[in-house]
Amino acid sequence: MGKTKERQVTTMVEQSQRIEPSPSQLLDWYRQMTLIRQFELRCAQSYQQQKIGGFCHLYIGQEAVAVGSLAAARPSDYIITAYRDHGHAIARGTDIYPLFAELYGKSTGCSHGKGGSMHFFDRERNFFGGHAIVGAHIPLATGLGWAIKYRRQESVVFCYFGDGAMNQGAFHEALNLAGLFKLPIVFLAENNCYGMGTHVQRASAVTDLKLRTGDAYGIPGKDVDGMDCPAMYRMSQAAAEYCRGGNGSIFLEVKTYRYRGHSMSDPQKYRTKEELAQYQRYDPIGRLEKQLKDQGLLDEKKIDALHQAIHKQVEEAHHRAEQDPDPELDDVWRDIYANPFGPYRS
Amino acid sequence: MYGAIFMRIPLDRTGRDSLQDDYVLRRMFMPMMQFREALNQAMCEEMQRDADVFLIGEEVAEYDGAYKVSQGMLAKFGPTRVVDTPISECGFAGLGIGAAMAGLRPIVEFMTFSFSLVGFDQIVNNAPKIRHMSGGQFKIPIVFRGISGPGQQLAATHSWTIDALLTHVPGLKVVVPSTPHDAKGLLKTAIRDDDPVFFLENEAMYGNRGEVPEQEYVLPLGRADIKRAGTDCTVVAWGHGCLTALAAAERLNQLHGLAVEVVDLRSLRPLDEESIIQSVRKTGYCVTVEEGYPTCGVGAEIAARVQEKCLDDLDNAVLRVASLDVPMPYSKPLLNHVVPGVERVAEAIKQAVYFRV
Ligand SMILES: Cc1ncc(C[n+]2csc(CCOP(=O)(O)OP(=O)(O)O)c2C)c(N)n1
Ligand SMILES: [Mg+2]
Repeated sequence: MGKTKERQVTTMVEQSQRIEPSPSQLLDWYRQMTLIRQFELRCAQSYQQQKIGGFCHLYIGQEAVAVGSLAAARPSDYIITAYRDHGHAIARGTDIYPLFAELYGKSTGCSHGKGGSMHFFDRERNFFGGHAIVGAHIPLATGLGWAIKYRRQESVVFCYFGDGAMNQGAFHEALNLAGLFKLPIVFLAENNCYGMGTHVQRASAVTDLKLRTGDAYGIPGKDVDGMDCPAMYRMSQAAAEYCRGGNGSIFLEVKTYRYRGHSMSDPQKYRTKEELAQYQRYDPIGRLEKQLKDQGLLDEKKIDALHQAIHKQVEEAHHRAEQDPDPELDDVWRDIYANPFGPYRS
Repeated sequence: MYGAIFMRIPLDRTGRDSLQDDYVLRRMFMPMMQFREALNQAMCEEMQRDADVFLIGEEVAEYDGAYKVSQGMLAKFGPTRVVDTPISECGFAGLGIGAAMAGLRPIVEFMTFSFSLVGFDQIVNNAPKIRHMSGGQFKIPIVFRGISGPGQQLAATHSWTIDALLTHVPGLKVVVPSTPHDAKGLLKTAIRDDDPVFFLENEAMYGNRGEVPEQEYVLPLGRADIKRAGTDCTVVAWGHGCLTALAAAERLNQLHGLAVEVVDLRSLRPLDEESIIQSVRKTGYCVTVEEGYPTCGVGAEIAARVQEKCLDDLDNAVLRVASLDVPMPYSKPLLNHVVPGVERVAEAIKQAVYFRV
């Protein structure tokens, strides 16, 4: 990595440290993270009752990553992520009712019941999807960045993926293209230590992930504490500004941890209870809650009220989605082509 | 009907067909244009018409295209619209799809579709399924174009006829032109289409000449063209196979007075089932011609549909002519043995109509 780039990145990091979120921002993030967690706890319950089908990957433990980073995103920015996408959609502002409806496979779902848990989409909010082939959406992010640059817009792409995805060829081709074409993309590698049951140390030749893109693709890397929502915000804000300034892409290694199994059917033999407990001590919601209490912005009463309100919101949205009718069978022929041209039915 | 303006004469009447040099195209009318020029014109016109259209791929810009299809386009449109990429098929296929999601209309050139296979996930998962999985929120207006078909002794990995693999996938459209005229009109439509269109070209045909109207025109996707009318047997073909079929029809006409009808599909998905059925109703016999493999091939699909839709009109089984079911060999005689040529198509037609001398 060249000297200029290094200087730019140092400036970026310094700038990030000067960013101070407002009390109302902090409170909002606390609410959002709580909403994501309660939403997902409800998902887990429904999944265990076999009301939700397919694969379902919970984000519990990683909430600060989506909430903090997306707080730095403008409405005109493009968001794209992998299959662990509940948190990103909620943090981007998609209502939880169409999300529940999607999990239930209803036509009122955010993807009209065609995508399920792993494929949330929201065109209106420039949410370009959850994508379930590991790494395959990273080249798509370069296309979004390309379109922004082509149209000389000020927008930035926020592209999320896991530590495991960094070992896919698609990742490397995409990062080379992003570096080569200087595309405005914030790459966020959510390093939750595992790809399914495989620890980063057993999957990546270089385990210090932030080092993997600088010399290789001219995309500087920085790490950030993904269990700390304000820290996520600061770094993402500075990173987005770096990209808006025409400097090309940036890579953030986000250190985080998922509390639940990889998906709903994961006996988790690859890790110890102690390891999990260690991370839970840094729980992003608990941490922000403590900070807000210390600052006198929250007290037990307010917390109770907030939790109850969110609980009600979740239950109502869930109930409504569950009551919605299943899609019409003829819907299978919809949304395959712009103008269906008489599909072949025998 | 545009086929009438061409006359294809097999060079070698001994029955030893070779892939590239078995035909000469006799110019009958002006203005004539090379296949590659027709493609170039189509792209240039559409890029002039719509600022969202751009061309991206390996060697498309500075090198003027590996097969010179994009010759002069860099000079005309500049490096933001005619874009060289690294050798990263997965990467730039995905870039194109992402750009299409964001509303641009990319033309992605694969040097050949044999190389698209390292990006196949993008092609068969992202391109055709994002519209569907997003409940119709995102369209993917993109064209992937390049060579499909056995080249000049490139051996097994480089000789993919990708037609059937792609046609298998709901959400994709597959277009295979056989003449410069069709190539231009179809490519323009493909670029304006809001779905992912795979536009399959053939190295052996880039230099072929044909009449191309000077005025603006487009051709619809999913409409076959009767390249040669006849009453004795229907031959369904497309792309380079259509040229072989036309040559075989001509030969059978000259030698035996048979009137073979050649239906040029032009697009495999959407498939113009109507035109096939109509022709078979008339002739009572059907032969399919393709350079891909017979097993689960496009011909197999056509045969199935024909027997479902008009069994009573058939006076014999539908016969398929395809490459032999083996990897493409390097050796020229072996290659010519594997890929169907005029002789094999003519024999199949004779067999189909119970022809006896
Ligand atoms: C190409 C491909 N290979 C394998 C899988 C199965 N799979 C789904 S998620 C996953 C692990 C990915 O780990 P990571 O990228 O770290 O994301 P995380 O699940 O930790 O969020 C695997 C192997 C897949 N979906 N796609
Ligand atoms: Mg992981």
